[in-house]
Amino acid sequence: MNWIWFHKLASPPHAYGIAGRLAPWFGWPAGMLILAGLYGGLVLAPADYQQGDAFRIVYVHAPSAWLSMLVYATMAVAAAVGLVWRIKLAHAVAAAAAPIGATFTALALATGAIWGKPMWGTWWVWDARLTSELILLFLYAGVIALRASIDDRDRADRASAVLAIVGVVNLPIIHYSVYWWNTLHQPATLTKLGKPSMAGDMLWPLLAMLLGFTLYFGAVLLVRLRAEILRRERDAAWLRAELA
Amino acid sequence: MSEFLAMGGYGAFVWPCFALAAVVLAWNVRSARRQLALAREQALRRAAAPDRA
Amino acid sequence: MTPRRKRLLAVIAIVAGVGAATALAMFAFRDNLLYFYNPSQVLAGDAPSGRTFRIGGMVTQGSVQRTPGTLEVRFVVTDFRHSVPVRYEGLLPDLFREGQGVIAHGRLNGGGDFVADEVLAKHDENYMPPEVAESLHPPTPAQAAE
Repeated sequence: MNWIWFHKLASPPHAYGIAGRLAPWFGWPAGMLILAGLYGGLVLAPADYQQGDAFRIVYVHAPSAWLSMLVYATMAVAAAVGLVWRIKLAHAVAAAAAPIGATFTALALATGAIWGKPMWGTWWVWDARLTSELILLFLYAGVIALRASIDDRDRADRASAVLAIVGVVNLPIIHYSVYWWNTLHQPATLTKLGKPSMAGDMLWPLLAMLLGFTLYFGAVLLVRLRAEILRRERDAAWLRAELA
Repeated sequence: MSEFLAMGGYGAFVWPCFALAAVVLAWNVRSARRQLALAREQALRRAAAPDRA
Repeated sequence: MTPRRKRLLAVIAIVAGVGAATALAMFAFRDNLLYFYNPSQVLAGDAPSGRTFRIGGMVTQGSVQRTPGTLEVRFVVTDFRHSVPVRYEGLLPDLFREGQGVIAHGRLNGGGDFVADEVLAKHDENYMPPEVAESLHPPTPAQAAE
């Protein structure tokens, strides 16, 4: 198999340029989808038969919970690629992803708590879903702290990669917690197979927000990746030509 | 309008959630841009004075 | 074996090892990971006796009795096979109603009643406007009369 294209893509100057050109193609559609989702979710969607207008919190809670897991998966895959194939760009992707994922995990937990108070009657319970999502936040914090605590970049890359890979075990636990155990948290509204358990005029804003948040993550990741590449390649010859 | 803000009595829960989401979305964009600007500035300084850096 | 393949196997081994260890730990502690017991489990004696636990199920239609002038409420929790009567004194969440899933924290008294000190409402994953909900489940005569 010919891997030349792969190594070319993974070369820092190439990635730096491509990331810069690609970021707006993620950012602008993301902004438009999120605005459309906000309008659809807050204004057009009818109130829920049980939860009234409080259900609208789903439009920020579900996309942030989705991102908390998608970003972790991205980070762990990048870390594994970096470890196995010794591709420095992959470690840069993992380093760029971690802070984004941590903020969206915190957002998912915070909006969940604010939603839980009026509906469930409590801010927080130690059920399997909420606890495993909190562990995800600690995993992000651990990966970020571990990277920050090691001065040597290669060693920091490897150590945080191992931790990120170990933490991958938590992802299926979060996802299936609501099926494996009795939890206060309800099962998923959207599943890959089967009809979504949501009326159409409530559903499309949620899908717009989910896609919008996903593209937004792409845009922010690409910008952070460029910064990460600059920091790692500050003495490279290509960089001087690029900046000149 | 005030009916919209009241959110059927759940305004005190709905709006903080959307406000927090706005803060997180804005922070990530700002932080990413700042990191890039900072890294570029540092790289430029290094390129201008490679011996001192 | 190339070094790259060795590293790949190491990564796979890490994930498999940690996954197996986690699965074993979860299997060993599976009872503690249960946030609540349903009425069938409680009546079968699976719930811890002599200490507090949580019971979860549906509030039986027509079972809610309030004592006027107090916050005292009695209702029956069912999983459609078995039922347990619950007594509670305090504020109830907005979603508490007959036919709704609830989780109550407390303990069984000698008479087979569950005395709760906290009642939480569980909601399902379905979202729809009230009109759609009505067309799916026509209101019972009791609800229509309210």
